[in-house]
This record gives sequence, structure tokens and C-alpha cells, in this order.
Amino acid sequence: MKKSSMLDLLLLVIRRDLILAMRRRADVLTTLVFFVMVVSLFPLGVGPELGMLRKMAPGVLWVAALLASMLSLGRLFSADYLDGTLEQMMLAPQSLSMLVLGKMAAHWMVSGLPLVLMAPVLGLQFDMSVQALGVLILGLLLGTPILSMLGAIGAALTLGLRGGGVLLSLLVLPLCIPVLIFGAGAVDAISSGLSIVSHLSLLGALLVLALVFTPWVTAQALRISME
Amino acid sequence: MLEVSNLACSRGDHRLFSGLSFNLQPGQIMQVQGVNGSGKTSLLRTLCGFLRPDEGDIIWRGESIRELDEDYYAEMLYLGHLNAIKDELSALENLCISAGLSGVELEEKEAMIALRRMGLRGREMLPTKVLSQGQRRRVALARLLVSDATFWILDEPLTALDVGAVGLIQELIGEHLAQQGMVIFTTHQPLHVAGTEMRTVSLS
Amino acid sequence: MAINWFKYAAPTTFYGLAGKMIPWFAFSAAILFAIGLYIGFFVAPSDAQQGEFYRIMFIHVPASILSMFLYLIMAGYAALGLIFNTRLSAMMATAIAPTGALFALISLWTGALWGKPMWGAWWMWDARLTSELILLFLYLGFIALHASIDDPRRADRAAALLAIVGSVNVPIIYFSVKWWNTLHQGSTIKFSGTTMHVAMQQALFTMLAACWLYAIAVVLARVRSIILERERNAAWVTQLPGIADFAGGEK
Repeated sequence: MKKSSMLDLLLLVIRRDLILAMRRRADVLTTLVFFVMVVSLFPLGVGPELGMLRKMAPGVLWVAALLASMLSLGRLFSADYLDGTLEQMMLAPQSLSMLVLGKMAAHWMVSGLPLVLMAPVLGLQFDMSVQALGVLILGLLLGTPILSMLGAIGAALTLGLRGGGVLLSLLVLPLCIPVLIFGAGAVDAISSGLSIVSHLSLLGALLVLALVFTPWVTAQALRISME
Repeated sequence: MLEVSNLACSRGDHRLFSGLSFNLQPGQIMQVQGVNGSGKTSLLRTLCGFLRPDEGDIIWRGESIRELDEDYYAEMLYLGHLNAIKDELSALENLCISAGLSGVELEEKEAMIALRRMGLRGREMLPTKVLSQGQRRRVALARLLVSDATFWILDEPLTALDVGAVGLIQELIGEHLAQQGMVIFTTHQPLHVAGTEMRTVSLS
Repeated sequence: MAINWFKYAAPTTFYGLAGKMIPWFAFSAAILFAIGLYIGFFVAPSDAQQGEFYRIMFIHVPASILSMFLYLIMAGYAALGLIFNTRLSAMMATAIAPTGALFALISLWTGALWGKPMWGAWWMWDARLTSELILLFLYLGFIALHASIDDPRRADRAAALLAIVGSVNVPIIYFSVKWWNTLHQGSTIKFSGTTMHVAMQQALFTMLAACWLYAIAVVLARVRSIILERERNAAWVTQLPGIADFAGGEK
């Protein structure tokens, strides 16, 4: 037997959540299919004119990604809460924030990363240029982790509540607005020939802020919800 | 080691208990007694730091557990009503992960030995969803074998166990006490540990 | 002079104190509203460009200012409640939320009314209006979270954490929306004159003061009923005149 360090524990949580996700693949696929469907509904709703679709594409893809990541947040802590694993996590000899960070990372890999990989394919449906697609992916790579992290706060606050899913979206969506603005704005900027540096660096700054604060806040929220 | 002084706890408007004081030394075991709804589980959860007491303090090695936080958690083990095992994972994976969460990195061989001692030979690799209620409880209880915690908090450890398993748990608790461990527990079934005086605290 | 402030932080004492203060705040709010509306409608001259339409500002601007300040005050009380575990602060935060949400709604409503003659549309994605809309969402989130948790202690603490996270986010949201707005060349409500007429200023400040007094009076009244609800089993509540009669009548 040997004692585990903080990093060991972080990796353990990530590995565990990934194994669990692999054994419940349906959950991961649902999120992805939802994303694809929402994006594909837009041309049906507004008409197939390519010029307009090209202009709408970044916004549509970002909003769909936002909604899709809300979908999987409800499960982030609830399964562990119901079977008692969350209690054991709170009693871990390392800081709860670290474990929370692990869960956020796993959530992103399972629900955020597939969206990032899928986005360029959907972008082609909207006739986006290669350049714009590149910026879209870059923005999503920086932005989707923030969505997972902000979402974790909401998931922790609404743990075990009836109607938690809708409430969760109500709490988290307003907080995600800056991510949406900078992410979609970056694609807009490159399409109109402007610099994307400021957009992406602001997204990066938000990512750093979120990395520093959200694990701790989520850990506090979990402690409140467990009382 | 553990000193509880003047503890008061309530759920909603309802005061469960107040003015509760006791202490526990190495090698001692204590049973929390009381009728349903008297706050046994709440007391144990307060000892874990999940619930904030309304009044009073819980002192571990001379310091409040609020201050100690992770240092306290490294020395204690809590087994609640819920088994904290995942249906999708095998008994072996479950044990390794829950040991990992409590800060102990477990070799597969050690985990196998523990599971076999719990009477799960041949079922180590099965997903726990195919196991019976009692067998799942055994998987959860296997943590007692691989833990190096001093202080065990056991909430109804005997639920769903057969006579053989109850005997095994009594044996385990006996060994733990002999190694200067401490146990506080609740139960509705009789639990006898040979060679030690059973202390009790009653909630009314 | 040593006043024991903590004495007033106890819900028991505060209940009585608030009861004495409410009529004063309510009365002065009513008077200031009357004065402010009089100056606004009859004394202040019409604007060179906006004509009579600009007068809606006398309610729009104070409502916007209050909705933002009340959110910060609410988050402040929430933080106090979370850190020092004082019951009254959490109750204050809960009591402020509906008033803040109301002012945000008034600000949106009057903004739309103002927008129609000015921009020709009820709604423009103007930076300030958009931020105000998001602020309303934040208020609604706070109220909804508090309402869906049954245990009042958990509700207070969870909603407090949300309010703090929200207040950290408000500047970021405001900045990002403003930035988004300038990139898309949106329109902003601009006042035509370089300097406001004195009577306009007077009306605006009177209305602002009236709104503050109204908010305080309403929040105090709401806090009183929250105290009664939370402390319904406490001895002092059952001895209150009206309640003692009611309990006596039941027997």
C-alpha cells in the first residue's frame, strides 16, 4: 500500500469517470446527436440561402454547443450523489476542489471534446471557409472547458432538487454569455478580415479565471448541497 | 483522541439532540443507540463534517475537525447507508477506486485478497450490478480490510448481511480495536465484539 | 457612544425595529414620488430632439440604477450570511431579490417604451438593455434556486453562493456585451443635449431618492414576513399581539 498524492487522485477521478462514460456510451452519444440535430434544424427554420447561413453559422454552432453541454451537466454529480460516492469524495484526504477539477476535466473530455471534433463537419453544412472553421475549433477548444466548469457550479447547487435540469440551465446559461460572445465573435472577426487575437486571448483569460475559481466554488456548493 | 462536547444538531425546525458530550480513546468502540428518527445517522454525518452542528464542537487530537479538514479525513473511514459502489464497475475496480479516493493506492493482488476474505471469490471481475444486495454490501465492506484509517464510522454496517458475514465483520472490528483503532457505529442487529467493553451513547 | 449593533442583527430585535421604520420610509417615498413626478411632468422643459418622449427617463434611469445596485447589495448580504453565518443577512438577501427583479423588469419595460419612438422598434440590442435583460435572468435564477430548496438553511447558503458568483460575473458580462455591441455597431440611447436642464436633474434625483426609499420600505416589510415565517415556532412570535389573539381564538 502506498499513499497517493494530489495528482494521483486527480488522475484517478478522471480515469474513473472516463471508464464509466465508456460503459454508458449512450449518454455521450445522446449529447452529440442533440448537438447535430439542433444545428441541422436551423437551415430548415430559416431557409437554405448560403449567404445567410454562412453569416449565422458561428452563432448557431456556439448556441447549440452551449445547449448540448447543459444537457449532460445534470449527470455530472447526481449519479455519485445517489450511490454515495460523493460522500466518499468529500472525505478524501486531499482537497475536494482537486477531485472536482478531475470531474470537470472528465466531463469536458466526454461531452465537450466530441462537440469540438464534430463542429467542423457541421460548419461545412453552413458553407464556412476553412479559415473560419479553424478559428471555430480554436474558440471551442478554449470555450467548452469553461462551459463545463461554470456548469459544474450549477450542477452542484441543484444537486438532488426536483426539476434540477431546467433550473440548472436557468442558473448557468446567463453566466455563459461572455464565452458565447467571444467565441462566436472570433469567427465573425476572421470572416470579416479582422484580427482574432483579442477575442481568443479574452477567452483564454476567462479559461484561466475559471480554472482558478470554479473548482473551489463548486466544492463549496457541494458541501452546501450535502448538508 | 475524539472529544465531542455539547453537540446540538437539528434538521429543519426539528431539534434532534442537544448537549451531547462523549469521548472515544484508541481501542474503544461505541454504539449509538436510539429509535428511528432520533438522529443516529445525523450524529455520524456530523462526525464526518457533512453537517454543521448548531452548537458544540468535535475535537480530534486536540483540534476541531473544521480546522483539520483533510488531516482528519486521512485518519477516518466512513461507511454509510449507501454503498458508494458503481453498478458498471467490477468488484475489483470498485474496491481499487474507493481505496484510491481515501488516499490508498492499492495493488490488484491486495484487492483480490481482500475481496476473497469477504467471501467474493470468483466474483471479483463481475460488474456489481449482477451481484446480490448482500454481496454488494460485502464489496463496500471490503474497504475496511484495505484501509489504514484509525477511526471507523459505520452506519448500519450489518444491513443485508448473512450470519457468516456478520461474524466476519465482528472479527474485523475486533482486530481493528486490538490495533488501537476506534469504532463508532449504529446497528439494529446485535453486534458482539469479543474482549472489549461496548460503550454506548443514547439519543432520545 | 457604544451601540451594540449585533443586537439589531438578531431577527427578534430587527423585527420590531423594521416595523417602526417602514411607515417613515414608505411615507417619504410617496412624497418624493409626488414631487419628482410633478417636476418631471410640469416643470422640466421638453427636449429639443426627443420632445416629450424623454420624460420616461425619470422612471427608466432610477429603475436601471436600482436594479444594478440592489444586485450588488444582495450579493453583499449573501456573502455576509455565508461567511459569518448570520441569519438576518441571508433573510435580507432573499428579501431584496424580488424588488431587484421588479426594477430590472421596469427598466426593460420603460426601455422598450422609450425605444419605440426613438428607434422605431420596441427592442434594440442595445448594450445597456441587453445587460439589464441578463441581470433579470440572474435575479430569476437566484429566486428560482431559493424557491426550489425546501430546507431554508441550505436554500440561503446555495442562493448566496450563486449571488456571489453572479456578482463576479456581472462586470464580465457587462463588458462583453458592451464590446459585442460596439463590434456590431448597435445603437445606444444618447441624450441629445450636452448639459441637462436643472429641472430635469432635480426630477431625476428626486425620483431616484424616491425609488431608494420605496425599495427600503418594501424590503423591510418582506424581511419582516420572512422572519415570521422562519421563526414561527419561536416563543416571541407566538406572543406577538395579533398572533396571540389568533392562537387564543383557536382554542
